[in-house]
Amino acid sequence: MTGSLSPKWTGLACLVALVFFPWFATPFWIVQIGAQTMILGIIALSLVWLAGYGGMVSMAQLVTAGLASYVVAYFGVQSDPALGFRLPWGLNIVLAIAAGTAFGIAVGLIAVRCFGIYMIMITLAIAVGFFYLARQNMGFFNAYNGFHGIRAPTLLGLSLRDPIPFYYLCLLCGISLFGFVVAAARTPLGLALQGIRDNPRRMQSLGYNVAVHRVVAFGIAGFIAAIGGVLRVWYAGSVSPGSVGVGSSISILMIAILGGMTHPIGAFVGALLFNLIQNFAIDFIDRERFNTMIGIILLAIILFMPSGLVGLVDRLRQDDRRGDRPPRQTAPNASQQSPKIKEGNHP
Amino acid sequence: MPVSTVKSQTDDVPALALASVGRRFGALVALQDVTLTLRHGERRAIIGANGAGKTTLFNTVTGDFPPTSGRILLAGRDITKMPPQARTRLGLRRTYQTPLLLDQLTVRDNFYVAVRGIRGGRLQLWRGADAGADEQEVLRLAELTGVLPLLGRRAVEISHGERRQVEIAMALAGTPDVLLLDEPAAGLSPGDRGTLTALLRSLPSSITIVLIEHDMDVALGFAEFVTVMHNGRVFCEGLPAAIAADQRVHEIYMGHRHG
Ligand SMILES: Nc1ncnc2c1ncn2[C@@H]1O[C@H](COP(=O)(O)OP(=O)(O)O)[C@@H](O)[C@H]1O
Ligand SMILES: [Mg+2]
Repeated sequence: MTGSLSPKWTGLACLVALVFFPWFATPFWIVQIGAQTMILGIIALSLVWLAGYGGMVSMAQLVTAGLASYVVAYFGVQSDPALGFRLPWGLNIVLAIAAGTAFGIAVGLIAVRCFGIYMIMITLAIAVGFFYLARQNMGFFNAYNGFHGIRAPTLLGLSLRDPIPFYYLCLLCGISLFGFVVAAARTPLGLALQGIRDNPRRMQSLGYNVAVHRVVAFGIAGFIAAIGGVLRVWYAGSVSPGSVGVGSSISILMIAILGGMTHPIGAFVGALLFNLIQNFAIDFIDRERFNTMIGIILLAIILFMPSGLVGLVDRLRQDDRRGDRPPRQTAPNASQQSPKIKEGNHP
Repeated sequence: MPVSTVKSQTDDVPALALASVGRRFGALVALQDVTLTLRHGERRAIIGANGAGKTTLFNTVTGDFPPTSGRILLAGRDITKMPPQARTRLGLRRTYQTPLLLDQLTVRDNFYVAVRGIRGGRLQLWRGADAGADEQEVLRLAELTGVLPLLGRRAVEISHGERRQVEIAMALAGTPDVLLLDEPAAGLSPGDRGTLTALLRSLPSSITIVLIEHDMDVALGFAEFVTVMHNGRVFCEGLPAAIAADQRVHEIYMGHRHG
């Protein structure tokens, strides 16, 4: 046993690298790559929580984050004095996160009775609806123009919009939410959610209200996405219908698929990869080809490693151990009599 | 809601009572006019050919497919319209003809989920002060059914016989009042079958057990009273010896044995 790729040491190495990374990096790397990866990763994390643990693929996570962004803009400092309210920034953030959580619950209430592809469709419809609403509504969304000049606050004399403090803020949020999701997976709620993913009917007969659990999971996903939305609007300095377009919603799904949904780390791995491609592919292919390339990479991942990069690493690690571990038994014991064919249990 | 309130009922309230229960699936009448009464602690077997409506009967009682007519009382309480989870919290448990487990979770987590399902705090984002008690209950279930070595395995990895044992253990979480077992011996090796019968016999007499069993010998050996079903109706009821001797039962039942 070499100990290479052991999750504990890999995790620690990553953590050290993430913490010391700004010492060596240029502002471009710190903000465009570092902070933005964390922000995209947080929004994708909300999807991985729902999809990986709950078996529910939601296309509405980016607009949930978008709503939080709009709340930050409308109730905070931005460039047009004729618009919105200027609440103290602490209250503003609380409001934004509460709005995102409530929106998540609302999406859950709508989507919870649908399964599989129908849930994807209904949440996609919500995302598209949100985009058009943002484009047409003057009162809250300021239609086409959106809001500009939004700035992260200054905290104890530390300006959170400077590259290094902003990076650490994003890193702190990313790591905390990642830790939260990992820990939540082992609690009664998290295990019940995974049980519902595996077999909702079974969970009912074990005493669980499946619909309530699903809605609560959507609420938690909304909370995570909303934090991502607050950071995202601070990062961009503006929010407009372009920030909540369908393309961006699909990007979040791509990130989750790239990284893999079997573990929350997949959200951040996927975000990093997506972000690197987005920033550097432009150097050698033109803008129009970018989507084609992302599409091809996505296709390759779905075809050759359905559980994303995280799944690939898992597989490599298992290969690494083979030899001093018995192979995992996967098929039911073939020597047993097979169960009766006639079955009234499955509708 | 404490599960034990049901146990404190007097003996003359049946543990489970069905009054003219029926269930249709579209045009198909799967269950018709079924009336049953089970006393507390009774061991009842339900036998009948394939398609007789035995599993459908369980489904109406548990609410997986609620009845389309009639009423169901659990310890005197009308549960006809309750959702499945509410019935479970009132002390009703079941197993499925094909074991249904939470496949990607470990056996330990399957047990934990079963224990919490009864105990409450199902939406908690923390394990809570009684985490130790939960863990003890998980171990008790594993020991009772002899699956301690399986605790760390994922449910999808274990054999068919092991799945049966795990499912029965899950149904025993928090000690049920009424336990419905749908062909628990089906597909088991003779050895496993013996272990299962021994386990069933060892269960506390406070549990009312209804057993659907295709194997007449197992059914008649376990039960104090037998209900025979045929074409969605109760065909006849009686003591095991009388049922075993009944020629009509042999005609409808044995004739279809390998249906
Ligand atoms: N969910 C369902 N949908 C449609 N028909 C069903 C369903 N469940 C059972 N049935 C039908 O009801 C009848 C009784 O089935 P079942 O209760 O499974 O019989 P048993 O358990 O006695 O073998 C069968 O004809 C079966 O096809
Ligand atoms: Mg059946």
